[in-house]
Amino acid sequence: MEHDIGLWAIPIAILGGAIRVSTPFLFVSLGEVLTERSGRINLGLEGTLVFGAMAGYATAVVTGSAWAGVIVAALSGSLFGLLHGLICSLPKVNDIAIGIAMMLFGTGLAFYFGKPFIQPVAPDLPAIPLGFWSDLPQLRAALEVNVLFLIGIVLALGMAWMFRATRVGLIIRVVGDSTDAARAMGLRPALIRTLATATGGAFAGVGGAYLSLYYPGSWNEGISSGQGLMAVALVIFARWNPIACFGAALLFGGAGALGPALQSVGVTQGYYLFYAAPYVLTLGVLIAISSPNRAMTGAPGELSITK
Amino acid sequence: MADQAVIGGSGASLLPALARRSEAVVIPLAALVVGFAIFAVFLLTQGKSPADFLGLVWKGAYGSAFSWQNTLSRAAPLLFAALCVALPARLGLVVIGGEGAIVLGGVAVGALGPAMAHVPAFIALPLMAAAAMSVGAVWIGAAGALRHYRGVNETISSLLLAYIAIALMNQLVEGPFRDPASLNKPSTAPLAESLRVGNLPGMDVHWGLAFGILGCVVSWILIDRTTWGFAARIAGGNVRAAQVQGLPVGRLILGFTALAGGFAGLAGFFEVTAVHGSANASLAAGYGYTGILIAFLARHNPLAIIPVAILLAGFGAASGLIQRRMGLPDATILVLQGFVFLSILISDTFYGRYRIFAPERWGR
Repeated sequence: MEHDIGLWAIPIAILGGAIRVSTPFLFVSLGEVLTERSGRINLGLEGTLVFGAMAGYATAVVTGSAWAGVIVAALSGSLFGLLHGLICSLPKVNDIAIGIAMMLFGTGLAFYFGKPFIQPVAPDLPAIPLGFWSDLPQLRAALEVNVLFLIGIVLALGMAWMFRATRVGLIIRVVGDSTDAARAMGLRPALIRTLATATGGAFAGVGGAYLSLYYPGSWNEGISSGQGLMAVALVIFARWNPIACFGAALLFGGAGALGPALQSVGVTQGYYLFYAAPYVLTLGVLIAISSPNRAMTGAPGELSITK
Repeated sequence: MADQAVIGGSGASLLPALARRSEAVVIPLAALVVGFAIFAVFLLTQGKSPADFLGLVWKGAYGSAFSWQNTLSRAAPLLFAALCVALPARLGLVVIGGEGAIVLGGVAVGALGPAMAHVPAFIALPLMAAAAMSVGAVWIGAAGALRHYRGVNETISSLLLAYIAIALMNQLVEGPFRDPASLNKPSTAPLAESLRVGNLPGMDVHWGLAFGILGCVVSWILIDRTTWGFAARIAGGNVRAAQVQGLPVGRLILGFTALAGGFAGLAGFFEVTAVHGSANASLAAGYGYTGILIAFLARHNPLAIIPVAILLAGFGAASGLIQRRMGLPDATILVLQGFVFLSILISDTFYGRYRIFAPERWGR
């Protein structure tokens, strides 16, 4: 090795991994924030993520354009969200159970239609080399930032502004906090929740396209291992705040990068345990921030998961 | 109420009771049919014949003694996996991480195998079953405890625990418990022949089926015929009311989730002792996830789980035949399950809507 940087390789690899791994977390959690702020929970985003990964990859293979893949992934994600939203608008239907069914449904459809696309190679999404100023190859590799990551940051800022300062944000918040208040204002809660769930699904679809079109960058049936579900837990951690979601996504991405980073410096013991780090972290965070007695600060009032 | 007295008084009291009871049968059955119908349309859009599909399911799952045996062998772990969802559901908890308890139960059995090789089977097998049940009970019980003591959502925590369990299994099976002779597929040491659970008399189906059915019957008695089950149903309906009544909600949650996990662990026990012969990655075969669908289809009624599990095991048994004859991918069954699952959940909205199921509204 030309540049022997010793143990510094670990934090640099974790930084790079955090940037690479966090993007799907960021998109799914932003989608979930939008859905949950409107008073519904969509546990099915795991299925949406997998279907988005498949649809994006397949489109990119067929058209030769990675961006077309992202757009189709977003559209398919919004269809899944729309279906979830419409079903949950029926009386007496449980949104958590529907989410579980959508998780199985989305994964099943993705595997079904994805079979012919496991072999072909799709074009990758472009990355911007933000590490050009450094001559450390490790740092340069770590700072290869994908365009979707930057779009995700803009989206997080935009959503925070929307919730705070716009009419649309206010409407979503009212619907999420009190169905009765929303009705009194002449709003239609079911319609607004369905639209919020559909938009949230589109975000999750984009997160899936990132998985298959950039990192790890191929389509197979093991492409997502619970990232969609962890992102739902991450939203609780981030207290339904889009900007906090960004920080939480980086943290979770870093935890996901821990195993590969240690492997890169020759630590091979306990590989599978490091692989489980994000799940353990998610669970630990949930345990730390939950409470049996009081409602969580920042939680939308109509959310079934915190009631 | 007056109408009811007239109907009841004329000696035809059987009919209203029948009407009331049939709602919980007719609506899920109708949902099942609608789910299949949508799947049939899906098959048509794929240029495949739904009639061929049904014919192959029949042939592959129930058409011959051989296919029945295949179906029933697959039903065994599904019965346990569905109980792992149905029991906590009576308390209003949605536990979806049964897969983790199945996997770790199996690993416990595989790890104990070498130590038990020279112990007589009538001592060793119950010990190994108890170990598998304990591990499963701790795993799902943890989700229950987190729910009760920390208010952590049990749906999310149980699924996270399942992912952690699979990582733990990989670590243990490739590390401390690995049989050096297992090269391509890391596994624990093969169980001694004396520790393999055999088949039911006269059938090519292992004992797991009998114990699974027994588990369903015991669970039904527990829920429908004991005070604990009654208390659990009250707590599931309204936690506040149960607490005001002085019911031990915490102990109920811990007990029911631990029992649920114990059943899932037992599935792992039978998968290792009767099917695989050692613990390896084949334990994570998705039974835990199919179990969720079965429990919801059975409306969390342990007795209804038995036919539903046999139905869904049949699709699994016919899957290979469908892949070969119709050129459909193995995920076709997942798509079918997805349609059925959505349709059964949507059917929740139709309860209490139809007058035919409500005798007190007949006269009006």
